[in-house]
Amino acid sequence: MNYSMIFYILGWIFNFEAAFMLLPGITAIIYLEKNGLAFLITMLICLAIGIPLTRKKRTNKVFHAREGAVTVALSWLVLSITGALPFIISGSIPHPVDAIFETVSGFTTTGASILNDVEALSHCMLIWRSFTHWIGGMGVLVFILCLLPLTGGYHMNLMKAESPGPSVSKLVPKVQSTAKILYTIYIMLTVVEIVFLLIGKMPLFDTLCLSFGTAGTGGFGIRNDSIASYSTYSQVVITVFMILFGINFNVYYLLLTRKVMQAAKNEEVRYYLGIIGLAIVAIAINTRGMFSSFGRAFQQAAFQVGSIITTTGYATTDFNVWPVFSKTILVILMFVGACAGSTGGGIKVSRLLILCKSARKELQLYLHPNAVKKIKMDDKAIPHEVVRATNMFLFVYIMIFVTSLLIISLDNLDMVSNFTAITATLNNIGPGLGAVGPTGNFETYSYVSKIVMIFDMLAGRLEVFPLLLLFERDTWRKF
Amino acid sequence: MRIIIVGCGKVGRTLAEQLQEEDTDITLIDINADRINEIIDEVDAMGVVGNGASINTLMEAGIETADILIAVTVSDEMNLLCCLIAQKTGHCHTIARVRNPIYSKEIGFIKERLGVTMIINPELAAAQEISRLLRFPSAIKIDTFARGKVELLKFKVMPEFDLDGKSIQQITEHFRCDILFCAIEGKDFTTIPGGTNMIRNGDVVSILATPQNAAAFFKKIGLKTHQVKNTVIVGGGTISYYLAKALLAMKIKVKIIEKDKNRCEFLSEELAGATIINGDGTDRSLLLEEGLENAESFVTLTNMDEENIFLSLFAKTISNAKLVAKVNRLAYDDIIDSLDIGSVIYPKYITADYILQYVRATQNSIGSNVETLYHILDGKAEALEFKICDNSSIIGKTLSELNLKKNLLVGCLYRDGNVRIPRGHDTLEIGDRVVIVTTNKGLRDINDILEK
Repeated sequence: MNYSMIFYILGWIFNFEAAFMLLPGITAIIYLEKNGLAFLITMLICLAIGIPLTRKKRTNKVFHAREGAVTVALSWLVLSITGALPFIISGSIPHPVDAIFETVSGFTTTGASILNDVEALSHCMLIWRSFTHWIGGMGVLVFILCLLPLTGGYHMNLMKAESPGPSVSKLVPKVQSTAKILYTIYIMLTVVEIVFLLIGKMPLFDTLCLSFGTAGTGGFGIRNDSIASYSTYSQVVITVFMILFGINFNVYYLLLTRKVMQAAKNEEVRYYLGIIGLAIVAIAINTRGMFSSFGRAFQQAAFQVGSIITTTGYATTDFNVWPVFSKTILVILMFVGACAGSTGGGIKVSRLLILCKSARKELQLYLHPNAVKKIKMDDKAIPHEVVRATNMFLFVYIMIFVTSLLIISLDNLDMVSNFTAITATLNNIGPGLGAVGPTGNFETYSYVSKIVMIFDMLAGRLEVFPLLLLFERDTWRKF
Repeated sequence: MRIIIVGCGKVGRTLAEQLQEEDTDITLIDINADRINEIIDEVDAMGVVGNGASINTLMEAGIETADILIAVTVSDEMNLLCCLIAQKTGHCHTIARVRNPIYSKEIGFIKERLGVTMIINPELAAAQEISRLLRFPSAIKIDTFARGKVELLKFKVMPEFDLDGKSIQQITEHFRCDILFCAIEGKDFTTIPGGTNMIRNGDVVSILATPQNAAAFFKKIGLKTHQVKNTVIVGGGTISYYLAKALLAMKIKVKIIEKDKNRCEFLSEELAGATIINGDGTDRSLLLEEGLENAESFVTLTNMDEENIFLSLFAKTISNAKLVAKVNRLAYDDIIDSLDIGSVIYPKYITADYILQYVRATQNSIGSNVETLYHILDGKAEALEFKICDNSSIIGKTLSELNLKKNLLVGCLYRDGNVRIPRGHDTLEIGDRVVIVTTNKGLRDINDILEK
């Protein structure tokens, strides 16, 4: 383990956290809010830890896969804990577990809240909550990679550990340039959304918060009814952008470099859009009776489907009261998740594609026991390693799911609430069904359950393995 | 600067490692996915799996926008084909490794008619380096600058030189030689020294000087400077062939020991003056029988690194010969250095150095050019030769006025056919060639020597 390098990067995490807090700090000044002081205090604490760590001389700059994974996992812990400090210091969310739950929910772009009354929070706290989504969406370490002059190829290990999806591909030869391209696309899309929302006459503060939430596929609203009270125009804009942020960012890069044909061939995106289309139509037909017109039903179905499959978690209607068929579709979509290489969570469409194709291959092997068959995606054979890792991912994912479900069942809530609570946190969605539905929240759970869900959210965002690595004894051994 | 490297063997990998420290975008092509993945984990580059001579693969690697394509696969034909296709699809410079002697004779045609910008023959380059060492056996390593007018020589300080405990300033004053000490390597340190640094017995010292001045200096401290009279070469591969040719031209007696009978016959046909022995070069009695004890130099060029090192160690115990060993594996160079077996030749390093030189020179078509580049001190430092062109900001100032980077020496000044060691009051003028020794890697322009 190269601790000097790990601490160096963690030092930068502290510094960047302080820099991120400038935004809520400025907001507090604009709205003259006293609890903005909490951000100032946290910034000072972060800098006090971060600056000495980044100043220290690094003896050994070599960085292997294990350091990459451990750094990413520790970075997210550091981010979450320091990010929760303003809530605790200002007294907005007094209990530390609650505050950390809220922050982890923010950074992991989950959007699950323990707050009964969101509107009671001050502006600076609200924008911080939403901003954590934006930071967590594309990843902090990817952000750091854009800005730090790190040389050598070792830093690919950081990106690999943080980026969602079964395999990470570089867009251009340099890690740093790749990270820059990703963030440029991310910022551009966010700005476009802000502009569109402003055209719809939404107040600037709301557009910022909601765009951050959409971009990171997070889902923290700033009103108690989430998005329901905004105009239909705004809802449609948000629907479109949620779906856009769930698309693999490589596709945008291909479009930007005018390789339209190659972009259109992307199998994952085609399936992703196909699933969305089917789900919208099915739910619209199923819930037709509940809305004034079919068009309205279609628009509402589209919003909810887009929100759930991209794991955003905004809501414009209480889907808890929808027919069971529609609710079941939503629960299934929760597991599907967005595309790899997007800001969304869940199992990811590409993994499901690989799994389905492997299953098909298995069937073929029954018919032709000696057949040799390669699993292909986008006309390219998928290496055996990736298939194996995908299978293992699913298994570990289910194990975590089942164990979490067992622990939180001690709280004695109903099965649907428990099941969807874990689904919603492990897949980074936000709202579930029952007590944790769009109108409810996670306040009712005990602190033990909340800690379990904090773990689930981090595991979901980091795709399980980097986080589990922290609990493996060999990670910390010298030999 | 966009560079495509086809073939991820040892040379491809070394090149990628060296180039990533500079401002370049590297794309690697190899047919073997595992090899690509292994390199991508350590080098900041993009990998493409596929056949480098296929247009689709090259397109995927971005041949249309590439500046240089380097083909270093195992096959000569493949390398040439890559370069040809690359030239038709893109507008890049192409570099091919071609090792078959048959093609080497046709380099002129390949360059002019086929348009391949650079052909590198690693065996020939290695042979040239070895022949230089045998011409001046006291040096561990010799690099030349300014077309041979300046040499960078590396030698080990022995007790009989009586240099122990003297500072560099004392030595230059005492011997009154126009030489520059540009590096001292001790047991656990390497420095680019100033006047006050001390030299100890056992240190390995690099000096920069003209061949005449170097010879004068070595004479004064009592170091042998004449070229060897005879040599024993173990292994009759391509390097030995080129080496023997060069040595025979220098009137050095050559004895080659080679296992393979047919190869021996070929060698004896081609190398008229050489003695070819058919036998196992690792056979102790054969070596003694062939007079290893009295040989003045002993070059081991078998395909096994272990054998080469082992034989050198043996020769060291029974003779006073100048030892040269070829080592292919790059990873353990520090260990091999600590064995103290004379000169070690890494053909892969030499190949990579040649290509790096070229890449650096292409990289700045305006301003000063890197004319030559050498890795010294196990790759910890570089010695570079620059030509000063008219738009440089350092022209006309004396060296003491310039705010030079730390760990950097302006080693040699070559002006109007004269070479001298620049001192503080010297100025740099247009058209001068200078040799810079530095640990700051990636200098590309003469202006880079200044602290920014």
